[in-house]
Amino acid sequence: MTMRVSLKRLNRAALAGLLSLSAVTAAPSAFGATAEEEKGFEIAARSDRSDRGFGDSRVGLTMTLHNAAGAQSKRTLQIRTLEIPSEDLGDKSLIIFDSPRDIDGTALLSHAKILDPDDQWLFLPALKRIKRISSVNKSGPFVGSEFAFEDFTALELMKYSYKYLREEPCGEFMCDVVERYPRYEYSGYTRQVSWVDQEVFQVRKVEFYDRRDDLLKTLALKNYRLYKDKYWRALELSMTNHQTGKRTELIYDDYVFGAGLKSKDFVKGVLRRIK
Amino acid sequence: MPPGVAAKLRAAAAALAFAAVPAAAGEFEISGSAAGEARVFPSDPRFDGQFSHVQASLILSPELGYRSGDDRRQVKIAPFLRLDGQDSERTHADLREGYWRSVQDQWDVLIGVNTVFWGVTESRHLINVINQVDQVENSDQEDFLGQPMINLGSQRDWGRVDFFVLPGFRERSFPGRDGRLRAGLPVDEGAARHESDLGEANVDAALRYSHYIGDWDLGTYFFHGTGREPRLVANAAGTRLEPRYDTINQAGLDVQYTLEAWLWKLEAIAREGQGKTFAAAVGGFEYTFFQAFGSNADLGLLAEYQYDGRDDAAPITAADNDVFAGARLALNDFQDTTALLGTVVDVENQSTALFIEAERRLGDRWKLELESRWFFNAGKTDPLAAIADDDFIQLRISYFF
Repeated sequence: MTMRVSLKRLNRAALAGLLSLSAVTAAPSAFGATAEEEKGFEIAARSDRSDRGFGDSRVGLTMTLHNAAGAQSKRTLQIRTLEIPSEDLGDKSLIIFDSPRDIDGTALLSHAKILDPDDQWLFLPALKRIKRISSVNKSGPFVGSEFAFEDFTALELMKYSYKYLREEPCGEFMCDVVERYPRYEYSGYTRQVSWVDQEVFQVRKVEFYDRRDDLLKTLALKNYRLYKDKYWRALELSMTNHQTGKRTELIYDDYVFGAGLKSKDFVKGVLRRIK
Repeated sequence: MPPGVAAKLRAAAAALAFAAVPAAAGEFEISGSAAGEARVFPSDPRFDGQFSHVQASLILSPELGYRSGDDRRQVKIAPFLRLDGQDSERTHADLREGYWRSVQDQWDVLIGVNTVFWGVTESRHLINVINQVDQVENSDQEDFLGQPMINLGSQRDWGRVDFFVLPGFRERSFPGRDGRLRAGLPVDEGAARHESDLGEANVDAALRYSHYIGDWDLGTYFFHGTGREPRLVANAAGTRLEPRYDTINQAGLDVQYTLEAWLWKLEAIAREGQGKTFAAAVGGFEYTFFQAFGSNADLGLLAEYQYDGRDDAAPITAADNDVFAGARLALNDFQDTTALLGTVVDVENQSTALFIEAERRLGDRWKLELESRWFFNAGKTDPLAAIADDDFIQLRISYFF
């Protein structure tokens, strides 16, 4: 445990160095951060920070799983998120399933960490049982979908290191193309390539490369909507697995911001009265 | 329920709530399941009167829920009904949940009937003490009779405290003379006696504290009242068993330490009031190979040890010095296919119970479940001896609405 803590401190120190350097100069740093790494981080940070201050949100969504043969299966769920303002701490989230009906009321509570494993609890309504679960299962499929657990939970800026690649058109926008590398353990990816538009700084597309560095999946984010004149949310996400031909679509309902959610709405005791 | 009906109900609820309070609309939800079940016992029965081979059941468990728009008030009604073709004692109705709950900033209160599950281990659910076990449902102690209660809870930064006042004792259900999976003599529930003069009117109480600190989840409680687990005493004629409910004090502890892919688990109790004061514990681990063998499936390996220090004046238990080993497979497919295979072996006399539980969704609204239990090596004096010929295979198909 001591090892992990000190390692985390080291990483933070390195990051602090990276941040202060990026403000001063674009030259390669003593920490080994090149101009490409700094620019990549800046673009990711600008995108991440465009979202700062959203506080809390609630949204319902429909997840449709398609297999290569064209069969499909639907899940409906609600996601509640509580922003934790510090970049050194992860957000808290609660995912509640409405359908398929046999898992109605199943809920997953996550306290995201930056580099340590997240804390996660699962509520199983049939037994009324709360179960703390292992969160090293980063790369496993989330409820049978093409989204891995980490695709939902690893959205924190500091969970990656970055490298700027190039700029190129992406649909109606011009995009910065930034490569990011997971810094947390147990990721299923060696790297991800993200396209971030230069107008409102939102992620438009992500390519995921597996542990053998082969292209595994592509995520397309569409139908962005602006809330409260400040916060952008993509209402259509589509994840295609190139190796299996399977695809998962997420269609979001309208987001509600400022629903008044508090930290006490994200403790494990709440799971017993979620439905 | 068709989506249209749900939408209409929600609209009606919204209209009602709007008429009363001009705040956010509340929401009604009707859900639940209906199921058909067949149990097949390959062996002939051991005792007179028991049925042979096939036991068919119908099960209905609807749920009606209401929550206010601000999430602070909740009403839930969840009745349960089983119609059994063989054992009239197994045909039963119960109210699993039927409560009103109010949530304030630091306090919450629940009044009514509820089911409360604590604990972390897989092979024995030792620490549950609030609800009576619905023994006719299954022998795995995962089905409970709804318990009337007032539950006052408080969530603080330093953990959660729950205080339970439990009026209205629920006596345990037992298979009838016709039924399988029973003791050698049938249980005469009508002849039950209580140590408390108040009998079923005795009011029990429990206080529980639970919290999590880093990778540790822990809970502890104290219970005073009529113990849920009866002694079974033969009547003078030696034709029936009569339940005896004793007044007990019980302290309990549950701990889970989550370290990467390991879950380390412990449940322990100390009980006073049934024979000499004794301790019992079950503890072990679950280790999961995520995405095992390069697939999307997770394979978990489980092992637990069961200890129970009770003497002969306490209710009989099979879990006194036993080892459990099991494997859990989750395919992570469209149908959420899972299977759990396990065995419990008595260290002293090698009496063995083997079980498998598996389930798979069919389409969006159906689920198929398989359960099978097998008993081996049960010596004449072993608690398993009476059910040694009651190996069974059970299929259940459920429709969820």
